Amino acid sequence: MTPLSPHLLLTLPVAVPLATLALCALLHSRPRAQRAVSLLGSAGLLLASLLLLGAVFDGAVIATQFGDWAAPFGISFAADLLSAAMVVITGLMAVAVSVYALADGARERERAGFHPLYHGLLLGVTGAFLTGDLFNLYVWFEIMLIASFGLLVQGGTRAQLDAGVKYVVLNLLVTTLFLLGVGLLYGLTGTLNMADLARSLPQVQNQGLVATLAVLFLLAFGAKAAVFPLFFWLPAAYHTASAPVVAIFAALLTKVGVYALLRCFTLVFAGVHGLIGPVVGVLAALTMVTGVLGAAAHYDVRRILSFHIVSQIGYMLVGLAVATPLAIAGAVLYVLHHIVVKANLFLIAGVLRVAGGSYDLKRIGGLHRSAPLLALLFVVPALSLAGLPPLSGFWAKFVVIRSSLEAGHVALAVTALAVGALTLYSMLKIWNEAFWKAPTALSQQAAGAWRDRGRERVLLLAPVAALAGITLTIGLWSEPFVDFALRSADQLLGHEAYTQAVLGNAAPVTAPPAPPEELLP
Amino acid sequence: METLYALAFGVLLAAALYLLMSRHLLRMVLGLLLLGNAVNLAIFVAGRLGSAVPPLVPEGASGLAVSANPLPQALILTAIVISFSLVAFTVVLFERAHHALGTTDPDAMREAEPARGETA
Repeated sequence: MTPLSPHLLLTLPVAVPLATLALCALLHSRPRAQRAVSLLGSAGLLLASLLLLGAVFDGAVIATQFGDWAAPFGISFAADLLSAAMVVITGLMAVAVSVYALADGARERERAGFHPLYHGLLLGVTGAFLTGDLFNLYVWFEIMLIASFGLLVQGGTRAQLDAGVKYVVLNLLVTTLFLLGVGLLYGLTGTLNMADLARSLPQVQNQGLVATLAVLFLLAFGAKAAVFPLFFWLPAAYHTASAPVVAIFAALLTKVGVYALLRCFTLVFAGVHGLIGPVVGVLAALTMVTGVLGAAAHYDVRRILSFHIVSQIGYMLVGLAVATPLAIAGAVLYVLHHIVVKANLFLIAGVLRVAGGSYDLKRIGGLHRSAPLLALLFVVPALSLAGLPPLSGFWAKFVVIRSSLEAGHVALAVTALAVGALTLYSMLKIWNEAFWKAPTALSQQAAGAWRDRGRERVLLLAPVAALAGITLTIGLWSEPFVDFALRSADQLLGHEAYTQAVLGNAAPVTAPPAPPEELLP
Repeated sequence: METLYALAFGVLLAAALYLLMSRHLLRMVLGLLLLGNAVNLAIFVAGRLGSAVPPLVPEGASGLAVSANPLPQALILTAIVISFSLVAFTVVLFERAHHALGTTDPDAMREAEPARGETA
């Protein structure tokens, strides 16, 4: 390993997208150069993230303080196994989606500023994964949001504007609630550094108040992650965006909410988990069920997939509700598997529209003959999402369900299994309608055009194939991934390494910020 | 002093929620603006009220004298800038939506979703 300083390792995954964003914005009138820079930027992000993962892979936690202000006063960045893994998978998705985005309607998107906004989104996401400070997390959320607003309404169709209005209002409302929680937490403890909060919150007399604040954060992050009952904005908005945009949204945006929940409820609010855990369990079950029922009812591929995001978030919450080391490991594994599979399914939905003529399952058909490779590539993520062995989803579901059985949460385990069966049903629906059914006139027309597009076909199918390859790798060679998830769960639950890395040996800030007289004259 | 601030927070919050629940885009923007400011006020109170002396270290001293708490001010300043940019975006988006969809009632905008009573 090259001896890079932790400061560089932690700032590169943020600095690379920032630089790419600036360059892409400057090259706005030169599409070819912009594409090259955008691809290079995504590859650079992947490289930077791999360097970061290399530095923390043996279990060390690295941290840095901005501007050299000592820990609880300055802004901290920190990375443990979970953060690093999330950044790596962000890098992977960045590369896959930027290759896909070169085809399928690239020019219109580029005119509307796709590349700068895309890297702005990545910037916000990696920042949120690496920050060690709650207020800073709010800022990264907002950076991510404003980029996602821009990407969502690109094209300016009527449906997009309608979806944009709902998406914008709900997300602004929720981040404002998050900010309120941050302010109240500061009033209670006098610090916003997450590691410092982990030390000082257990010393607060009024633990009921801490639990109340925890619920406020659960609400804010839960809405970001599309948890029941705050998920309605997601299926109302996601399906209006173009295929690469919705793929990167589906991969990363809700997962930032899940990551924030995992981080805050194993670190900051670990002390009140006994009070919050049952609430999370009920929410998890309701999220799984409502999501999958929504998916079963719809006939637009993207709406089916959007509802599946919701139901899959439920599985990750099961891990958080049970909160044994195995359960947290299950949640971590589930997040990583789901990012790959979901992005892949949305990319496939995009290819379905190009090769079959529409997103509407009732209007397309017969693609197993006109696009056999696509049919094959669809099977991998579809069955993985439903949780069939030997694919990545099987192991993720297996660990989550086993951990909830071990901890005595039988109802959660049974719900998870039943939802898995319904997931399989709606995946079979897509298969039957889009691939197996006799071709429709629209699909026959599109099939001819599809055969003629050689170069574009490669650009569309290469990322899909690569992501299917990752899914197969996790499925067939699961041991190192499960082992990694277990190690990262241990690190999350026993958070001494994290607090030690961020704070060093500094004494915890225990006094609330109240009496100014105590300060030196 | 705190009572006054708490009252102001309550009034702003109530007005914000009232405006957000109305079925008119312009009122919703105003609601979002008020909500942001209510939260800023809450952060300000949480960071303690009192002395108005600026947080500067006097010459020759090694620490701060009695002063105002600078951190909430920094947080609020950041939050104001962010909420300003987001509200600016929201106004433009709402204007476009109004222009394209011909209504300011968010409930009447059902372009992105199947019509009522129809699942797919």
